[in-house]
Amino acid sequence: MLLESIQALLPELNTAVLQTIYMVAISLVAALILGLPLGILLFVTDEGLFLKNRFVNAVTGWIVNLIRSIPYIILLVALLPLTKLIAGSTIGPTAASVSLSVAAIPFFARLVETSLREIDKGVIESAVAVGASPWMIIKEILVPEAKPGIVQGLTITTISLIGYSAMAGIIGGGGIGDLAIRFGYYRYDNVIMITTVIVLVVLVQIIQIGGDKLTKYVDKR
Amino acid sequence: MIEVNHLVKIYKSKKKQVIGVDNVSLSIKEGEIYGIIGYSGAGKSSLLRCLNLLERPTSGEVKIDGVDLTTLTSKELRKARQKIGMIFQHFYLASSKTVYENIAFALKAAGKSPKEIDIRVKELLELVGLADKIHQYPTQLSGGQKQRVGIARALANDPKVLLCDEATSALDPKTTKSILNLLKSINKKLGLTIVLITHEMEVVKEICHRLAVMQDGKVIEEGPVYDIFANPIEPLTRDFIQSILQFDLPQQLIENRKGTIIKIQFKGAIAEESVVSELFQTFKVKGNILHGKIEYIQEVPLGIFIMELTGEIPEIERAIQYIQDRTQNLEVVEHVA
Repeated sequence: MLLESIQALLPELNTAVLQTIYMVAISLVAALILGLPLGILLFVTDEGLFLKNRFVNAVTGWIVNLIRSIPYIILLVALLPLTKLIAGSTIGPTAASVSLSVAAIPFFARLVETSLREIDKGVIESAVAVGASPWMIIKEILVPEAKPGIVQGLTITTISLIGYSAMAGIIGGGGIGDLAIRFGYYRYDNVIMITTVIVLVVLVQIIQIGGDKLTKYVDKR
Repeated sequence: MIEVNHLVKIYKSKKKQVIGVDNVSLSIKEGEIYGIIGYSGAGKSSLLRCLNLLERPTSGEVKIDGVDLTTLTSKELRKARQKIGMIFQHFYLASSKTVYENIAFALKAAGKSPKEIDIRVKELLELVGLADKIHQYPTQLSGGQKQRVGIARALANDPKVLLCDEATSALDPKTTKSILNLLKSINKKLGLTIVLITHEMEVVKEICHRLAVMQDGKVIEEGPVYDIFANPIEPLTRDFIQSILQFDLPQQLIENRKGTIIKIQFKGAIAEESVVSELFQTFKVKGNILHGKIEYIQEVPLGIFIMELTGEIPEIERAIQYIQDRTQNLEVVEHVA
């Protein structure tokens, strides 16, 4: 009985997992492309650093805080017009990726900033002392030195995104969350509910273990 | 080579102002090893960091090779910094880079081609004696080895000046000695001007030609190292020198003496003459050496002896006069008789 209902669920579950991976992957790429430079910007424009700029730092910090202070579920709804503009629709995994990206970028940016702060200031200073340009310092010192922290941040962002993507299910975003809500919650189907939770647990575990391994690999300290 | 004129560095925080460097003027000659000594908080580190503008002076000039660094644009300053090497107490190597990559970074910063970089890095590692560690990461190295990498990185772009920020303070005595020897040989071989700050007089004695003593942001005493060792004027300078030339006799030793205790300082050539043996031949006094030491500062001897003279008082007085005339440096510590 139990086995049968899980078996019947498999095709649905399969699509849902793929959709989740798809959404998370898109927003993760967005976080990397935009969140990483944003995090670096937050760091290097701060007091006492080589591109110190109070105005830029304050404005970026303020925007990042603003987005981060909005609960994801609200952000999701608030961004519907933007979603429509970018993805052409407000339903489906591609549409959900828009708000997921918007949430992921500042989140990851702060994590990047934090890991950059862990670099010994003296190491940065020694790069300034040899006459390296800001771009050289960022590319050759900051990013490589913070790499373990950045990879860890990426792991944390991925896991948070899986959580957020489940919320996206509420507005028909697709993915595991969507499945859990449609079948598990609305139809009171506990089997589906529990199955989706197990799938999520497994997914998160895999990502955490993989992330930790990668962090260790890039860490030369 | 290096001209510092009326340099002032003030640190402002919300509530108070702290003066780091207080109107310091210095002139450091080409090929010289110049030491700046002081306790922590004396402003020596601030002063050194103003020499490559890691800290921008509040006012004053920093001229290196005739160019006032404070007037340069940021691009010109980067170029100028490539000719001013710097090494640090805690080495500050990039932990994500191998020895090779750490040194290569400095060359890349100067826009060298990969081929030039490869040749130069190997040359530098040969110079600092680390050719076998080329592909290791900093964590795999000892403190002394890390500092050697730091030196190689600092020398990468053929600088004219090397700034050393407490470069040996984190190292054990033996490693300190080997790093100092390396600095000395680089100074000789490349004619590099070296400015080093330290709180250890031992370091100054070992390699510096000239010395400035700093206290509360000011240079309170300056001159050739030998002269300062032989004739320290300021109490702080005496303090530092005492740390090397310790001549405190145990109190009970002094109490049990019957004669006159004198302290003689022999400078330079006189230290090699036989003043003491002539003394005993000429006068009817007996001498008993209680303490003695000859330090070689820049290979010039500086001898200090504490002696007890016994005999007839007039004879002792004449003996003291005799030494006084020959050495110009005798101090009667205690007349017992």
